[in-house]
Amino acid sequence: MPSSPMAPPRSFLWTRRVVLTLLTGFVLLPVYVMVSSSLKPLADVTGEFRWLPSGLTIRPYVDIWSTVPLARYFVNSLIVAGAATVCSVVIAVFAAYAVSRYDFRGKRVFTVTVLSTQMFPGILFLLPLFLLYVNIGNATGIALFGSRGGLILTYLTFSLPFSIWMLIGYFDSVPRDLDEAALVDGCGPLGALFRVVVPAAVPGIVAVAVYAFMTAWGEVLFASVMTNDATRTLAVGLQGYSTLNDVYWNQIMAASLVVSVPVVAGFLLLQRYLVAGLTAGAVK
Amino acid sequence: MTTTAVREPVRPAPPGAPRRPRPGRVRRIGLPYLLLLPALLLELLVHLVPMVIGIVMSFKELTQFYIRDWGTAPWTGLGNYQVSVDFSAPVGEALLHSFLVTVAFTLLSVGLCWLVGTAAAICMQDTFRGRGLLRALFLVPYALPVYAAVITWVFMFQHDNGLVNHVLHDQLHLTDKPSFWLIGDNSFWALLTVSVWKGWPFAFLIVMAGLQNIPRDLYEAAALDGAGVWQQIRRITLPSLRPVNQVLVLVLFLWTFNDFNTPYVLFGRAAPEAADLISVHIYQASFVTWNFGTGSAMSVLLLLFLLVVTGVYLVLTSRGRRAASDA
Amino acid sequence: MRSVRAAAVGAVTLSLALAASACGGGSATNGGSDDSPKTLTYWASNQGASVEVDKKVLRPELDKFEKRTGIRVELEVVPWSDLLNRILTATTSGQGPDVLNIGNTWSASLQATGALLPWDAKNLAAIGGKDRFVDSALGSTGARGQDPAAVPLYSMAYALYYNKKMFADAGIAKPPATWAELVADGRKLSKDGKWGLGAEGANPSENIHHAFVFAKQHGGDFFTADGKADFTNDGAVAGVKQYVDLMAKDRIIAPGNAEYAQNQSVSDFAKGRTAMLLWQSASANLKSQGMSEDAYGIAPVPVRSGTPGTGENVNSMVAGINLAVFKNTDNLSGAKQFVKFMTSDAEQKILNTAYSSIPPVKSAQADAAFNTPANAVLKDTLASSAAALPQVADESQFETAVGTAIKGLFADAAAGRPVTTESVRTALEKARQQMPAK
Repeated sequence: MPSSPMAPPRSFLWTRRVVLTLLTGFVLLPVYVMVSSSLKPLADVTGEFRWLPSGLTIRPYVDIWSTVPLARYFVNSLIVAGAATVCSVVIAVFAAYAVSRYDFRGKRVFTVTVLSTQMFPGILFLLPLFLLYVNIGNATGIALFGSRGGLILTYLTFSLPFSIWMLIGYFDSVPRDLDEAALVDGCGPLGALFRVVVPAAVPGIVAVAVYAFMTAWGEVLFASVMTNDATRTLAVGLQGYSTLNDVYWNQIMAASLVVSVPVVAGFLLLQRYLVAGLTAGAVK
Repeated sequence: MTTTAVREPVRPAPPGAPRRPRPGRVRRIGLPYLLLLPALLLELLVHLVPMVIGIVMSFKELTQFYIRDWGTAPWTGLGNYQVSVDFSAPVGEALLHSFLVTVAFTLLSVGLCWLVGTAAAICMQDTFRGRGLLRALFLVPYALPVYAAVITWVFMFQHDNGLVNHVLHDQLHLTDKPSFWLIGDNSFWALLTVSVWKGWPFAFLIVMAGLQNIPRDLYEAAALDGAGVWQQIRRITLPSLRPVNQVLVLVLFLWTFNDFNTPYVLFGRAAPEAADLISVHIYQASFVTWNFGTGSAMSVLLLLFLLVVTGVYLVLTSRGRRAASDA
Repeated sequence: MRSVRAAAVGAVTLSLALAASACGGGSATNGGSDDSPKTLTYWASNQGASVEVDKKVLRPELDKFEKRTGIRVELEVVPWSDLLNRILTATTSGQGPDVLNIGNTWSASLQATGALLPWDAKNLAAIGGKDRFVDSALGSTGARGQDPAAVPLYSMAYALYYNKKMFADAGIAKPPATWAELVADGRKLSKDGKWGLGAEGANPSENIHHAFVFAKQHGGDFFTADGKADFTNDGAVAGVKQYVDLMAKDRIIAPGNAEYAQNQSVSDFAKGRTAMLLWQSASANLKSQGMSEDAYGIAPVPVRSGTPGTGENVNSMVAGINLAVFKNTDNLSGAKQFVKFMTSDAEQKILNTAYSSIPPVKSAQADAAFNTPANAVLKDTLASSAAALPQVADESQFETAVGTAIKGLFADAAAGRPVTTESVRTALEKARQQMPAK
């Protein structure tokens, strides 16, 4: 324990060592498999499993770009997940601010309704949503189905409920005196939000953003129906490596690593904020 | 749910602060609604309206003969629901089976995710060498795209060439012959393993964050009273985590219960019976057999179940919390 | 509380209004039109090694079409995993391609949706008439007694592929012609980590194709003459059992094949891990995996006794891809021109050569390119001993229900659980009960 005056007993230290070692193994095993398989020739990965490659090759890393249009899928995913994240965070900030700082009629209905959408099974509204998009498209000319826009819209609402939920808690923990002082200094309510509350809540916002991004980044079901060749995202596109001929395991692993590295790196850079951020939202 | 999200009654900005510039009355009343508008509209568009359509669909006979113009699909009243809950007939029986599998799977997965996440977070409360590195490492499963993570496990679970059988059978000789993990009864454990692997870092993250809010003097006082580390964990750490756990367990429960991506990538569209999770089951009932009416009815039943569970859960845990904080 | 009610009323009203508008579905443009005569959208199924390969095969042909007619064809090659979902959502919403490929076994199911243009005498005349096509291929284009919902594009048939060297090493002189011979040969070949035969145990469609043929050979079928599901007649049960027994009782299929669903059995064959493979038009696939053409032989799929023919001596399903036109296309005449182009002799030769399939167009089939020994086997099978899968509206449900049941039986067999006539019948009965009630 952090401030315990006594050193932790041996039993605790041993337990800790065992627990952490086991967990490290559990987490690392698939990661090791990904890395080592991505460096093996195809014969190795379709044959019996071996811990060490019979020969190292970077061929998979070259081939991944031509087997499927990986670069395009990657860009699509970045655009979709990125835009969904930005929109989701901005909208959640507004909504959470309203709920946290104002008292108004229908507040309870709003929060309950929004949060209950977290329970909807995706399969229930997949087809209706598709129909709705098509009809909106026919009526207004805005192409929502098959476009990145439709997917962005869909994904941002997936993360919205939990984001609002967390941010309400987080905003509540930002002392009210701070924004009142800003109001006194002549800021409008929005000024107070952006100059005082948001900066004080940066960790929470980062946490929400990471969550929103990961939600959009990995989604398979809606992406498989709502995208076409030009707008396909990675989550669906990576399936292209299991072709009619063969499952290119080494390329799957290589492609997974290539697309994951930037995300994991960004994630790890942000994790400091994340830890501080999730607290307040969840605890309140 | 609001009771958890906004525990204290929210105090509006005090109306009478003397030197505050007074915005117009209409604007003051309208502002919160204006702020909520985008969220509300989007939720309406993407969740609520489609859900209402989905509920309408569940009362129709929406098979391939009608999907093209489903204004013409005949109403079936409660027909789809009757088929779904007739547990003596195969469709209802399969749904019930799938439901029970999902419940068992969700309970185990959420329990394990929570347990592992909490254990790891408590172990890493103290600073020690390499803690930062380890923490980063533990977050990797959460940061990998679902498809990449799950397909790697598929690779490892293969019967002939997978790592799991290589270790269990070839190297440790624990089994008489290589086991199947992606078909048959073991598929349940394979699914659970993948789900926990992917899910526990999130629990770890939230619990770790929750631990930072526990006032240190509590530990100091306990230590002075002669409580050892184990007693401190039992008497201070775990009770203090209660509010965090309330939210965490609920969220994990809902996500795990509705998870489609993991079983779909792991098993494809025809999941083995032992691991026939309800989301994939409904997907198969609607998309693969082209019966969207029955699929919708099943989804609505599922939704009702989740609503009830969540409601009961919140009432129970909130009452518990109140009692605890009163004491 | 009043605000709650007001909000609820508002939300419900809005939802219903939107729902009502959405219920209109795709009925807006019903008959098809010629509103945009200069473009076509074409969804191609994945026929070559990968989606990218298909684009390379098809693009030059589509450019040829554009040069000739001035119509630009937007191509999307849709992976098999997504194709049916995409077609269903397109059907539901009315937003789809103009021309598309469908698996020929789906013809009757999709025909029932009414979303596809019926090929009546007039439409068929526009592409050269019904007589241009091979009969067996036409038999798989929709329910009997109705106008075809699609026209045949590529035809395929199952054949027995065998590894010549492994046969020679085991002292087997010629490929088996009956199942008894196949099992006997398979036993000789299954040793030292090699296996006699490969299978895709976890792939519902593959299971269906084989189960159908086995059932036929036992005098059974999965649908009665008037289109009712009947999965538990003795022939069907015996057929399914015989197929699964190749693993369960005869032990000439490796148990690991029970989890194959991504064509791993083809790659096992190409790598010499299995000696025999029952597959449709595998040549291009095997070639791209580095197996040279003289390393394997092609023989007709075995029968129970005698030689392949009709009735109980059927030895393949009529496999293939059909070309369909979406009824509410906005370029109807262009779509028909495109179908005519794709079924022209010249294109048929090019495309079917690229995909190692057989042209369903008689005049193209006569070309020397399709007279290799390999193609001769496939052509003979198609002409004389292949039967179309049931052309009923419930066909795709049947594929799912029975295909999945057989996947479960393979899982049992692989786990060493007994597969008996009773267990097969129970599994099939469960599958039947999942079929839509009529």
